[in-house]
Amino acid sequence: MRLLTHNMLSSNIKGVTNGFPLKIQVEKVVEKQVEINHDFLRNIFPKIDWKAFSDASRIMGYDEMPEEPPEPSVLESNVEFLGKFHHALLELHLEEGALLCPETGRKFPVNKGIPNMLLLEDEV
Amino acid sequence: MWYLCVFYHRLLDYRKPEFESLADLFRAFGDKRSSDFNTQDKVLQWRLPKHHHPDSPFHFVHLPSEDVARNIANRSILVKGIYELWGEGNDFEELEEAVKSYPDERKLPYLESESTFKITVDSFGKVLSLQEQNERIQGLSYIPFKGRVNLKNPDHNFWLMETDENETNNGLPPVVKRRIFFGREIGGADRKLIPMYQLKTRNYLGPTAMDAEMAFLMANQAQAAPGKLVYDPFVGTGSILVSAAHFGAMTMGADIDIRVVRDGRGPDCNVWSNFKQVFDGIICDPPYGVRAGGRKSGGRKLLKGIVGPYTVPDDKRADHIPSTAAYTLVECVHDLLNLAARMLVMGGRLVFFYPVLREDGSVETHFPEHPCFKLVATSEQMLSSRYSRVLLTMVKTSFYTEELALAARIKHLEFRENHLKWLENGNLHSSVFSPADAESGDSKVSKESKPKYRGKYV
Repeated sequence: MRLLTHNMLSSNIKGVTNGFPLKIQVEKVVEKQVEINHDFLRNIFPKIDWKAFSDASRIMGYDEMPEEPPEPSVLESNVEFLGKFHHALLELHLEEGALLCPETGRKFPVNKGIPNMLLLEDEV
Repeated sequence: MWYLCVFYHRLLDYRKPEFESLADLFRAFGDKRSSDFNTQDKVLQWRLPKHHHPDSPFHFVHLPSEDVARNIANRSILVKGIYELWGEGNDFEELEEAVKSYPDERKLPYLESESTFKITVDSFGKVLSLQEQNERIQGLSYIPFKGRVNLKNPDHNFWLMETDENETNNGLPPVVKRRIFFGREIGGADRKLIPMYQLKTRNYLGPTAMDAEMAFLMANQAQAAPGKLVYDPFVGTGSILVSAAHFGAMTMGADIDIRVVRDGRGPDCNVWSNFKQVFDGIICDPPYGVRAGGRKSGGRKLLKGIVGPYTVPDDKRADHIPSTAAYTLVECVHDLLNLAARMLVMGGRLVFFYPVLREDGSVETHFPEHPCFKLVATSEQMLSSRYSRVLLTMVKTSFYTEELALAARIKHLEFRENHLKWLENGNLHSSVFSPADAESGDSKVSKESKPKYRGKYV
């Protein structure tokens, strides 16, 4: 699971009003190289919830993402930053671990890189 | 400028929609990123050679530049080639006259002595022997070729193409006259992609994996490209997203948690965090109950109220697989349209298959609608004499609002009302697989009256 995916998932257990962002519990992180595409990064940047993303990147052991969202102009000019953003967003994968619902603490397991968001009968 | 476009003679209904999607992707309709997606009619000008049927592989198409033509041809799956036509005729005399009167300034740059070239002779509806091919090439001696021949990697490719003069068996409705074309190749499909990605080379396959050629067509309809994010809510083994990824798009898929597409419980109650317009394209093959049926969360008994929501004991929770219930196609498509309405960027594309039953050789043309979307292409592929699947391409033209969601709900109920008969769970399956009517005399007549021309079956 990439942090891009993490940024789009939330807990939808019955009764939970704000299931975003899910807390990450790390067992194993892997890196998978992806070709960088600057246009993609600029395109996706405004759609990212920055706080959730930068917190998640730190939990995954990567400290290069600032806590405050950078100015969009940084994405235009700063190639070094784009590279780091790319790495955190697309190359770090949570291979084993779990996602925790911020309200109930319900654990959504992540195995072989796939988060299982399926709810049980009494949670629907 | 007008170009000659020659298609592969297959998936006839998919050829022009693919071409026009790619034309849009490569900005044949201008670079303007208009906010009003409704008014742009992105349709190219087409015309047919004399005496040709619309299902002919030969078409003329108007394109703004050779670069656009090359981009379309090289990216497409169904374009055999796009050519600058130097001449055409009903026989070789007419062709010679036409080629001679084609302006020199268009011809000479490609005939220079430093360049290399190759001439290919091709025919539609018949096979030419090597000797016949050579005779035809010799017959072109009136063209002042100065360059050297290079069969492996020429600078310029020339094509001499002809259709059969006999009106039998060339896979088309009778064409009255033979037609010969001569032109310079600008680009053509890379069909090597298909064997490279064909299903039998994959490690991981499911019963409903999409075949490689169709998956590439879907990715083209969705305009997958570098910098774009493409999503498949019924990802399965990923057979569709593989093609989008090949074209450089970032891809994401979900499966089995069918509430991903079932958002009928309000904005706070879905897997996705709120109303972001994230995806540039959504491509999928929804489960429509012929090979695999749709399932949604919540058991059958649970949804009918026979049993209350039960609690799974703590020691069993970890490995528990929640029960699911049948998910009808109408419901599934409604949810898919709503998901796409929320998650796609403006101008983003939703590409998906929709089954139709064939009755008396024709199909019903009622497709699901949504107020946020405009239907831009429909392409039918016949799967049996009973049913077809139609690839629908929709473009998001309006922002998703609560009012539009309500309008969509009403449209959905109307649609459900009128089409419930066969869309209900299981009905499609039984229509497709039930034994044929036993009236043997009748079926014999219909078999004999079936036309030789196969059309969309190709």
